[in-house]
Amino acid sequence: MTAAQLLPLAVAVPLLGAVTLALAGRLLPRLGCDILATAWASADVVLLAGLWHCSSRGTQVNWVGAWKPTGGEGVGIVLVGDRIGIGLALLITVLILAALLYAWRFFEEPPAGHRGTFPALILLFEAGMCGFALTGDLFNAFVFFELMGAVAYALTGYHVEDPRPLQGALTFGVINSLAAYCSLMGIALLYARTGELGMAQIGRHLAGHSADALIVVAFVLVLTGLLVKGAMAPFHFWLPDAHAVAPTPVCMLLSGVMVELGVYGAARVYWTLFSGPGGIPAHAMRDVLTSTGVVTALLGAVMCWQQRHIKRMLAFSTISHVGLFLVGISLLSPQGVTGTALYVAGHAGVKAALFALTGVLLDQHGSVDEHSLYGRARELRRSAGIMFVLGALALAGLPPFGTGLGKALTEHAAGEFLGWLPAVFVLTSAITGATVLRTAARVFTGAGGRPDATAGAQTRGDHEEPEVRDPGRPVPAPMLVVPALLLAGSLVLGLLPGPVTALTRAGQLFTSRAAYLAAVGLAPTNQPAMPVVTPVAPPVVWTGEGIALGLLSTILAAALAATALWGPALQGAAAHRLRGLAAAVTQRLVAPLRSLHSGRLGDNAVWLATGVAVLLVAFSTLVQP
Amino acid sequence: MNLLGPLPYLVAGWLLLVGVYGLVTSRNLIHAVGCLAVAQSSTYVLLLTVGFRRGGTAPVYSDTSPRSVVVDPVVQALALTDVVVGATVTALLLALVIQLHNRHSTIDPDRLNALRG
Repeated sequence: MTAAQLLPLAVAVPLLGAVTLALAGRLLPRLGCDILATAWASADVVLLAGLWHCSSRGTQVNWVGAWKPTGGEGVGIVLVGDRIGIGLALLITVLILAALLYAWRFFEEPPAGHRGTFPALILLFEAGMCGFALTGDLFNAFVFFELMGAVAYALTGYHVEDPRPLQGALTFGVINSLAAYCSLMGIALLYARTGELGMAQIGRHLAGHSADALIVVAFVLVLTGLLVKGAMAPFHFWLPDAHAVAPTPVCMLLSGVMVELGVYGAARVYWTLFSGPGGIPAHAMRDVLTSTGVVTALLGAVMCWQQRHIKRMLAFSTISHVGLFLVGISLLSPQGVTGTALYVAGHAGVKAALFALTGVLLDQHGSVDEHSLYGRARELRRSAGIMFVLGALALAGLPPFGTGLGKALTEHAAGEFLGWLPAVFVLTSAITGATVLRTAARVFTGAGGRPDATAGAQTRGDHEEPEVRDPGRPVPAPMLVVPALLLAGSLVLGLLPGPVTALTRAGQLFTSRAAYLAAVGLAPTNQPAMPVVTPVAPPVVWTGEGIALGLLSTILAAALAATALWGPALQGAAAHRLRGLAAAVTQRLVAPLRSLHSGRLGDNAVWLATGVAVLLVAFSTLVQP
Repeated sequence: MNLLGPLPYLVAGWLLLVGVYGLVTSRNLIHAVGCLAVAQSSTYVLLLTVGFRRGGTAPVYSDTSPRSVVVDPVVQALALTDVVVGATVTALLLALVIQLHNRHSTIDPDRLNALRG
């Protein structure tokens, strides 16, 4: 039995677990269900860790049912596990385990007969995400995409007692499915042109034609689904609505890894399908996606700063970071991919930990509103408070957290493409870090003036339906241990040289189309079967520049948070004038931006259509046949 | 290439656009989920058109000669999978709408306005 033969288990094991739990939930008590779910998720982690270890020997490929293509053509389905794909699947399984552990004592007693529903849905979600990360077949990517989508809609609307989760889940479901159907149209067009569904095969067949209108339309349609999942402006409107209302363990998964899968998909589709001759020229891809990423990062940061609903704030921070990830992969360099992969892993730990800590606040105080929680969580400041501050600093990119290292590597690669891109990284991560820092200071220590509880915000966070109706109880241990472990994991990623070394090689493999073709057995005939990967320079870990920029954005974040906390109380004419200026900017620029986030289903659909049109115009202009 | 020239492609595009238009203007969530299904049906039309061959018969060889011209079976399998996916999503979304109606007695998307800004 080789590692490649184990590849389908990454999807099959969680699927089997979901079925088992759905059935066992009818018989077992709650504790039994929780133990079974945790054991199953741990087995998945072990399996993927083993695959990750084996993938150091090369890309693992499995033609399911041994339906190999003959003469370069066939209808078989392939799973391809390169280091980036398997690494992402490993990240997914780790976060799933964290979310399940966190949920041990999180929900109130589920109704008898349905105790296994929640863990079963989580495992189904895992199967969809792992499948999406590992598939080498474009149509299967669509199916896994819809599988994880459908489970995510159900999990978002898990609390049917409250209208808000239902609204969030409906918007999420309709917009994501519509986008997925756009992707499917693109896949159908590609099949019409090439007669293939495998990613590598399509890429190989495209080389025979020039990039005409059909290819551009197909590319934009496929990209639409992925960018909607990745919440890129103007496709991001569903994300804050869904993340603000989903149960906390689900938020950890949605923000931590599902959204990032959209970016991964975009990179995978570009490199395997469209990076060769007859595809989309690199400059078009780079220009369009870098601009999209920068706009998204800035928009997410500005909107994050404006929020008082903590989950919604973290959701906008995710949008901002995913924008940075898109910039990282659209540099189209191995260094960009390596940095982004590390950034995604570090961010997943930190963001999941922050959501988990927000869940503690919700559990203890029945609110996730920054203003009404002012100073109310003082008794938690030594446990949750310290972790919240650490999470905020890690979000800003404090060395030696994994986020800091990922940011430094991506920033460096971005700076080589455009000199001002690192400034965007520093600024946006500082703003999102500052927002979380501000919240931590207000909620856990009561720093600064008491915020005006009625001012501004359109989405508040008080009057939340508490997820547990037992407010007097002490914080359950898993709810504090899980975020601590997640933060520690993010720290380890930045400290140990192992992950960086592995991901440096993985980035080179990911951006080598020849290596992918060779791995699935479709090497171009006039080239050597095993591509020669250029000798790797020793991986760069921490550089002086990276540490300096990481510290800069951390200091900037602290300064911004301090301004927000104590700025309103400052005396003097200069402070008064600055406050007036800030108020005018908020009134003129930010308020219209906020009113765009209307949460209406119709508006979401309009933005989706607009975004597709803009992408079509942009790519048609840039791609000259 | 095709029996009807570019007409099926135009129909697919039209269905997608008309579905999106319905979603944009919808005042009823059941109608909105229906519009999503309309938009999805464009993918069925497109997939089946892509695999069409003039004079082709169904890709079942039990009662025809193996050398007879058949339409592409791959896209039919894809369309079938697509139908399954669509049924799942539609059922799930309609279940959410029913919950909304039962517990909050509204199915007007404009009355759901708790999430803004």
